[in-house]
Amino acid sequence: MTSGGSELADRKNAAIRYVFFSCALVTVLTTLAIILVLVQGSVEFFRHVSIVEYVTGTEWSPVIRPQSYGVLPLIWGTLLITVGSAAIAIPVGTATAIYLSEYADPQVRKTIKPTLEILAGIPTIVYGFFALSLITPIIQLFFPETGTFNAAAGAIVVGIMIIPMVSSLSEDAMSAVPDDLRNAAYGLGATKFEVSTSVVFPASLSGVIAAYILALSRAIGETMAVTLAAGMHPQITGNPLEPIQTMTAYMVQIGISDVSVGSIGYQSLFAVGLTLFAMTLTMNLFSMWVRSRYREEYQ
Amino acid sequence: MSTDTGTPFGGAEDIERKRTIGRVFVAVCFASTLVGIVALVALVADVLYESWGWITWEFLTYPPSQSVENYLPGGRGAGMYPAIVGSVFLIALTAVFTIFLGVGAAVYLEEYAPESRLKSFIEANIANLAGVPSIVYGLLGLAIFVRAFQLGSSLIAGALTLTLLILPIVIVSTQEALRAVPDSQRQAAYGVGATQWQVIRDVVLPRALPGIMTGTILSLSRAIGETAPILMVGAATSLFVAPDGLRSPFSAMPMTIFEWATLPEAEFQHIAAAGIVVLLTILLAMNAVAIFIRNRYDPRS
Repeated sequence: MTSGGSELADRKNAAIRYVFFSCALVTVLTTLAIILVLVQGSVEFFRHVSIVEYVTGTEWSPVIRPQSYGVLPLIWGTLLITVGSAAIAIPVGTATAIYLSEYADPQVRKTIKPTLEILAGIPTIVYGFFALSLITPIIQLFFPETGTFNAAAGAIVVGIMIIPMVSSLSEDAMSAVPDDLRNAAYGLGATKFEVSTSVVFPASLSGVIAAYILALSRAIGETMAVTLAAGMHPQITGNPLEPIQTMTAYMVQIGISDVSVGSIGYQSLFAVGLTLFAMTLTMNLFSMWVRSRYREEYQ
Repeated sequence: MSTDTGTPFGGAEDIERKRTIGRVFVAVCFASTLVGIVALVALVADVLYESWGWITWEFLTYPPSQSVENYLPGGRGAGMYPAIVGSVFLIALTAVFTIFLGVGAAVYLEEYAPESRLKSFIEANIANLAGVPSIVYGLLGLAIFVRAFQLGSSLIAGALTLTLLILPIVIVSTQEALRAVPDSQRQAAYGVGATQWQVIRDVVLPRALPGIMTGTILSLSRAIGETAPILMVGAATSLFVAPDGLRSPFSAMPMTIFEWATLPEAEFQHIAAAGIVVLLTILLAMNAVAIFIRNRYDPRS
């Protein structure tokens, strides 16, 4: 088959193939290593702390005595940020996608879409600074009792950050809806509003929902912006003007302090990391499943 | 059939009402589009305003300082020089690892791997890795590179961690670039007796190079702004000397900005903003290079 023919050339080609294969293998090894590292560290942690206390405890105080390791306040903080940012990014992002896909002329779309995507490329530490220097002072104008660190500012900047994830992916899904469907609805006397909301939106729903889930997963894993904006105070509170701590912010807190290897504080990093990883992995897999399971096939 | 009252979209009697709904809806959608744009403008304006007057030549060429006076004109001079050098070294190292691994993996998936379960497994795995929070990569780097490989909190441990973080994005963008090379060119090369490796080396990779470079530079511009992974690996918040070797401790621009942003003195907010302007300028330059390469060399545009 091979025109070179010689055994040496064949062997060289096989060797090259293996080099490339090993590069691809690195990605699989990365996943395995992540799981291994997180599970191993967590096992060490759960030798000292009971899983029941970790999962059901409402007090997270790993450094200050009396120590307690209930992860619920951290999960609560993460959920507060996630729900708050979703309340901003989902309506704004969806409406933006509808505008860009159905109303804007192509030239406007070609300018606005990449402009919005700049938001996704700005480092998250910059959003943290933005929250401290502008968002929190604005909140304090309306609610003077708000402290420097508060959940609301964190949720707002994370919401802004994930707008382009919602709008770009949703716009892709809406643009993929064929014009035949739109024209059929117009033929039945539908207005542009009805076509957008009753035809295009439902037809693109699987892509839109996949975009929502991905954006939420990104909000859960967001680190620097929420660390700077929302604070380091683990507590279960319904008041967004109070400081909280997310799982990621806790990991930063331990990361910048000198916690010795083998201490419970060091091991707790991996337990919290595993919890975070499990949550985002579930959502990412769910997003993929929604997209493939409910994909509308158009010819 | 002749009247439209029987259609799913209602009759003509409420056409005025429908027009109003339509107009309100467009207005709401347009206003939502503006929300993102206004936020972007506000962010940039805020950073520029806060940093005004604080970016001096000394800021780029001196190590950081604890006291604010040193940052002011007439002071002894203080800034983010070690962090800038740290970031440049970090990204240069990351680029070397990423190009080798990313292009290698993409070439395997696009040019060698048959359509098989293994290939779809690897691709699904890459898609999943792209969604893993960056701080989790930091934990991975801490446990594997810093501890298990005993590299310590060094430049190379940071670079390897960032490599794993951006690898999924580099692989996917490289795959797209390889896919854009027309098959006829491969067939022509095979026709004159080239081996598969010769086809890849002499035909596919040169044609795909602009696309590969664009994707890689964009990924590296993401890596340069990452804080959480290098923080977990143990990058210093502030260092007074620039790193001088693979094993030396390092700082990076986002770490120094983080340190400044958390300091209580109000002046450090301005200094943090100045650091952000330097970081965003470098990011902007990298993006401009990537877009230039795409527009200049990409046969599709």
